[in-house]
Amino acid sequence: MRVTFTVNGRRTEADDVWEGESLLYVLRERVGLPGSKNACEQGECGSCTIYLDGEAVCACLVAAGQAEGREIRTVEGLADGARLDPVQQAFLDAGAVQCGFCTPGLIVQAHALLARQSRPSEAEIREALSGNLCRCTGYEKIMDAVRLAAERRAGGASDEGRVG
Amino acid sequence: MAEDTTRGTPVGLPHTTAPERDGVGASAPRPDGVLKVRGDFAFSSDLWHEDMLWGTTLRSPHPRARILAVDITEAVALPGVHAVLTHEDIPGEKFYGLEIADQPVLAIDQVRYHGEPIAIVAADHPETARRAAARIAVTYDVLPPITSPEEAADTASHGHVHAPAEYKARADGNVVHRQRIVSGAGVTDEVRAAADVVVRGDYEVGMQDQAFLGPESGLAVPAEDGGVDLYIATQWMHADQRQMCPVLGLPPDKVRLTLAGVGGAFGGREDISMQVHACLLALHTGRPVKIVYSREESFFGHVHRHPAWLTYEHGATRDGKLVYVEARMSLDGGAYASTSAAVVGNAASLAIGPYAVPNVAVDAAAYYTNNPPCGAMRGFGAVQACFAYESQMDRLAEELAMDPVELRCRNAVEEGSAMPTGQTVDAPAPVAELLRRVRDMPLPPTGTDSPDLRELPGGVSNTTHGEGVVRGIGYAVGIKNAGFSEGFDEYSTARVRLEVIAGEPVAVVHTAAAEVGQGGVTVQGQIARTELGVGRVTVQPADTRVGSAGSTSASRQTYVTGGAVKTACEAVRAAVFEIGMRRYGWSGEMVAGLALAAGKVVAPDGAVVADLAELLGGEAVEETRVYRHRPTQAFDKVTGQGFGHVQYTFCAHRAVVDVDTELGLVKVVELAAAQDVGLMVNPAAVLGQVHGGSAQGLGLAVMEEIVVADAKVRNPSFTDYLIPTILDTPPMRVDVLEHPDPHAPYGLRGAGEASALSSTPAVVSAIRAATGLPLNRVPVRPEHLTGT
Repeated sequence: MRVTFTVNGRRTEADDVWEGESLLYVLRERVGLPGSKNACEQGECGSCTIYLDGEAVCACLVAAGQAEGREIRTVEGLADGARLDPVQQAFLDAGAVQCGFCTPGLIVQAHALLARQSRPSEAEIREALSGNLCRCTGYEKIMDAVRLAAERRAGGASDEGRVG
Repeated sequence: MAEDTTRGTPVGLPHTTAPERDGVGASAPRPDGVLKVRGDFAFSSDLWHEDMLWGTTLRSPHPRARILAVDITEAVALPGVHAVLTHEDIPGEKFYGLEIADQPVLAIDQVRYHGEPIAIVAADHPETARRAAARIAVTYDVLPPITSPEEAADTASHGHVHAPAEYKARADGNVVHRQRIVSGAGVTDEVRAAADVVVRGDYEVGMQDQAFLGPESGLAVPAEDGGVDLYIATQWMHADQRQMCPVLGLPPDKVRLTLAGVGGAFGGREDISMQVHACLLALHTGRPVKIVYSREESFFGHVHRHPAWLTYEHGATRDGKLVYVEARMSLDGGAYASTSAAVVGNAASLAIGPYAVPNVAVDAAAYYTNNPPCGAMRGFGAVQACFAYESQMDRLAEELAMDPVELRCRNAVEEGSAMPTGQTVDAPAPVAELLRRVRDMPLPPTGTDSPDLRELPGGVSNTTHGEGVVRGIGYAVGIKNAGFSEGFDEYSTARVRLEVIAGEPVAVVHTAAAEVGQGGVTVQGQIARTELGVGRVTVQPADTRVGSAGSTSASRQTYVTGGAVKTACEAVRAAVFEIGMRRYGWSGEMVAGLALAAGKVVAPDGAVVADLAELLGGEAVEETRVYRHRPTQAFDKVTGQGFGHVQYTFCAHRAVVDVDTELGLVKVVELAAAQDVGLMVNPAAVLGQVHGGSAQGLGLAVMEEIVVADAKVRNPSFTDYLIPTILDTPPMRVDVLEHPDPHAPYGLRGAGEASALSSTPAVVSAIRAATGLPLNRVPVRPEHLTGT
């Protein structure tokens, strides 16, 4: 089948899609956007988190056909050209990136959190990111990154620079 | 201070007086960081090639069976299928293995574990490949499996996992390897009589999975010269290559590996998974072949941490001095050897922990069974031992009515202490200091009258508002070796080039060290900046065009590949000074005092002698060097004596938990750590290692276990195998000590594993403190706390 959708602002067609394919597979293998990751492919790890019509979802749980006519934003669509999104920059500055496999999903999830709640509490950050597994960092620096991104978004950008 | 026997590298701190920006000691940013946050970093599962086929594996549903027939007719007939291969299609050797080549690439006439590969398929779509694999008809004669070390030891009743005629391991029966250690007078009746207090315990550690997030994957591309190029996520490309060449029937120059992005490793990528399978399919079809395991297949596709059964006896005087320790350990190695022998060596030699004990007797063995193969995982034999000896230390403290930290400090090793192997600890060993540091950290506040549900055991499941919740605090400390042990020659190779690009001196570093997330690529650049005094460093992709770097394992890469990069930089620096000698007539005496800093050649008084870019001119200086740490020795088979380990590393934890004693739910409130790393080459990366290891130890303490029943894996998914989420993982305060190791480059200590040891017993100790239960098995489950 053919599936047509908008991804990162671009109208995109995928041809010869088998009905059993997930949106994640189509993004990764058919339209050249492998940034969303394939760690469990059953909605447990969050590494494939994308925006579907503005809602953060696991792309592995969306059938390709369900994406027809919809608006998708992936991790590749967060930066403004060479300028990283503040959440991406905060992950770097806080040292929240190790192997990086969970990073795209966590960044999209944290991005969605800060979009709906500009100054989340400790417990709110943990709850919002609880569907995203990370095996390297123990989450400590990820917490730092989200706090840092929230501070910067709130205008307290004077603390620019590395943490740790 | 002991004499420095390190070859190739002088002792001491960075040579340059003016530290380079992002040099050694700085939290330099990761060179791959921007790509990773943008989603543009190419992991091994992201690769794509024109005309690429997809490979998949048919695996055994039985843990032990004879294969009577394999019929591929139906599979081959499926449109879109390009190859279906069995062991009969292998051109070369049919067995491989990291230490002992006892594992068939594809099963030959029998299977020995649930999930053993039998056939491989290449097709034009992954679903086609899966359907084809499902059409392969295998006829089995199913046999009763050997399900435990206990059964394995009884060969008369249960037989052999590997028939005696085909036995390849070092011991016999079903024993992969046994290591005994006897020190002092051993543990005799006479020795026992000298103890005022004796505590005995039986402990059990479940099978933990590395659960790296990036699944096993790679892309094999057949080449015109009849060879193959493999882009792969692994921990040691040259070890993969060494095992692959005989199977493929190709020389090393035709089996070329390039490291693709690695989504975590933790030991699980030491053994080969899909490497040979992808290359066999690519060479057979003449098309590039990509294999990506699903999470379910990943649980079958790599080795796990050895489950262990441990029996300990500790004897001490009334004032808390250990008189003796006796330990017996049985490790379940599963169907194939993998690294079981080395794991046994570690478990045995580190069996009693970081304590000075005059009389010791240890007997450790790994057994073949029909359970999933076990091998390397972060901590490597020392994790299992640490849970047992630290549980024992708590028991002993209770028996003596002594503070558990005080008891540990009284017996802690220090520099100059002897290990039970007879090896003297010849570098700082601040065990007592680490314990006191975690003890003295401020405690987290106790619960309020109206706590946030999310801070309570059970969380938003709303299982308690604080009633039945008891707080506990526990401590533990551990000892881990860094580097491969027992005489293993594990050198690393670095090629460093210095040249002028656009008027600026630039260093290019090339090694085969696998970056698995730990930040090795960052550290290599930092060392080059410091040693060569340049701002711009490029770390080239790791591949087999340069000599082996050894494995990204055993907390060793910063030490060994770091040492290689440092040594190669020193050679480059000497070559640069030779240019000055030739061109400007610098004397040998003058050159001996020179350094490179901020793009200049600098005299000891700080005066600039020459501009580096000018001195180099159009010349590129390139040097390749091999670095070896000081040699180690095998342990004596009978007594276990020997200078077996390169370096010791230490970490201590304090865990604070809240336990809902009615429901058996545990909330770890805080997990504080103190670790000595000699010197923080990259402080941010060091913290990341301590945090990550601590979280994995927490997982083993309260949730992580591959459930194996009748030798079958029952929970091969992230739905059923739980790893800590951000809600399960508490704030982790970390204190890092830097007592330099005089034998190591920059005085550094391997930082990757120590935190994965003591975290587990500290959490369990805290749960014991809250509940009063003995808790001799990890992971601790709710039913262990409620007795239901």
